[in-house]
Amino acid sequence: MIANYGYKDGSGDFFITIDTDKCDGCGDCVSACPGGVFAVGEDPNDPLRDEPVAIVSDEQRKKIKYTCNPCKPDHDRHPLPCVQACKPSAISHSW
Amino acid sequence: MITAGIDIGAKTVKVVLVEDGGILAKSLVLAGIDTAATTQQAFDEALAAADLSKEKVERLVATGTGRKDCALTDREITEVGAAAKGAIHILKSCRTVIDVGAEEGRTVRCDENGKVIDFAFNEKCAAGAGTFAEGMARALQVPLEELGPLSLTSRRAVQMNAQCAVFAESEVVTLIHAKTPRQDIARAVLDAIASRIVSMVRKVGFAQDVVLIGGVARNPGFVEAMKRSLEMDVYVPEDPEHVGALGAALAAAE
Amino acid sequence: MSEKQEFWRWKEYRWHDESMDWKDADIISAGVDIGSVSSQAVIMADGKLYAFSNQRTGFDSPESANQAINWAMEGTGMTVKDLHYTVGTGYGRVNVPFADKALTEIACHARGGNFMYGPSVRTLLDMGGQDCKAIRCDERGKVEAFLMNDKCAAGTGRGMEVFADLLAIPIEEVGELSLSVEEEPEPVSSTCVVFAKSEASALLREGWPKNKVLAAYCSAMAHRVVTLLERIEVQKDFAITGGIAKNSGVVKRLEKELGLEALKTKYDSQIAGALGAALFGKALETKRRKN
Ligand code: SF4
Ligand code: SF4
Repeated sequence: MIANYGYKDGSGDFFITIDTDKCDGCGDCVSACPGGVFAVGEDPNDPLRDEPVAIVSDEQRKKIKYTCNPCKPDHDRHPLPCVQACKPSAISHSW
Repeated sequence: MITAGIDIGAKTVKVVLVEDGGILAKSLVLAGIDTAATTQQAFDEALAAADLSKEKVERLVATGTGRKDCALTDREITEVGAAAKGAIHILKSCRTVIDVGAEEGRTVRCDENGKVIDFAFNEKCAAGAGTFAEGMARALQVPLEELGPLSLTSRRAVQMNAQCAVFAESEVVTLIHAKTPRQDIARAVLDAIASRIVSMVRKVGFAQDVVLIGGVARNPGFVEAMKRSLEMDVYVPEDPEHVGALGAALAAAE
Repeated sequence: MSEKQEFWRWKEYRWHDESMDWKDADIISAGVDIGSVSSQAVIMADGKLYAFSNQRTGFDSPESANQAINWAMEGTGMTVKDLHYTVGTGYGRVNVPFADKALTEIACHARGGNFMYGPSVRTLLDMGGQDCKAIRCDERGKVEAFLMNDKCAAGTGRGMEVFADLLAIPIEEVGELSLSVEEEPEPVSSTCVVFAKSEASALLREGWPKNKVLAAYCSAMAHRVVTLLERIEVQKDFAITGGIAKNSGVVKRLEKELGLEALKTKYDSQIAGALGAALFGKALETKRRKN
């Protein structure tokens, strides 16, 4: 499942996408992210899946543009910690 | 040489007349339906205040969101350039200008000559600028000018979850129903705007001194919220909403 | 039937199948969808739709949940004790006091949409009171891709209410009225509801009639939703649920821009989430009995 967490508002599109077929629930993103964006647990969008999966927590979903700002400076941008930490490459950002 | 800077914003039109770096007069008029008429009125009021005829003004420069449609001026500069020029004229040590208007929040980093190094915007979403506070004041049933002073009496930080000006209004109503003290809600509202502005500021980085301009800088509660969020002092000029127009007038003299 | 005369209020109502006797059923499952604006309760008897209610959400979520289920059961002789498995969904899903489990709207809408529109449905758009969801699912109603936007009021029922309110037009009439223009105006240029509202006020002052202003807003809304749908890759068949499915002004324009016609259903599309929750309720109860 392609899970898009985030939003579109007047200023643009801000989505973090998790491919739950790739995600193995290891939790590496949870420890890598300085903003506390991720959580790992039961998939609330797929009650019949048994394995844990990464999700974007409810408190973070509506403000990721602001939370992720420090990881996305205008200059000298490094690879995003979450994307880098995820071995199966399940995470991507829309902006 | 006498020059004029005209700042056409979303809610107001500001004019500053400058002679050799000194301010002669300022005016501020609420934007009406007809921007051209409002602009003319603001210009006339500034002329009257300085007791000048319009022929005495050698050059005019426009700035602000409506600068492209200004019939009075020969030239325009961006809000970013105007903010930097105006702020550094007021405070030589200024390196970061944060400009919060009704519909837009802006941050500008500049060098000691007022040259722009970097900038960023919060725009097109009412949650990122002053308009956010307007709706909330309405929901709280306090005049907008009283929102700031009210927030300063708060002793407790409460969290607002809504990140949208429309949804936040309902949240304020819910908080009132839950008997949350109004001053705490007022503070939560201003903290929410400040945190979004500061997140943008951190994206481009900032250096001291920080000058806070734009109409929202008149709100003492917002200034406190900015200080808390930036964890440093900020300088607010006497007429924070006129700094852009001042910058434009100074640019006209160059 | 309670009904209040406010411009942004739609009608609240309930229904149950009088030809059925729920006492004959083996599994009674219920789904309760506590949205931010409206709440629905659906009761199913062995996977068949038995009763539902649809009402405005109050300030207190648990209270709204109780009201919704009690209203659905009104006149049926059923009580909460007779429900074998109840699933809560919607933004207030953790506040359904009598629920056995809480599931997201995404899972429930896909499942409910599959029931209402049949297995051919692949793309579901749900425009609720405070959110907008786009879901792509397989023939069993399992989610393949989704997106939910509940941060921004643009593209939600709430945004439409702001406009209905501004123009003093009952929300049910917005759609038809917006279609009564002779020529489509340019869509409102601001996405943000707050800025779009100022834009609309300016247009009214310029002398635009209300239907033209509404047309400009409905088409802006349709366009916005289409750009959201693109992120999950629209596939046929396509269906629209939620409150705005009843707004022909948005639906017609949306269909035109997508080049796809939305499936019709005999069910009330607002109950899709609660319906899916009740279906999961049945599946989970079956699983529970097996163990
Ligand atoms: S960009 Fe940074 S803050 Fe955002 S999710 Fe990734 S690691 Fe977390
Ligand atoms: S409707 Fe709300 S979230 Fe959307 S752009 Fe406007 S203020 Fe921002």
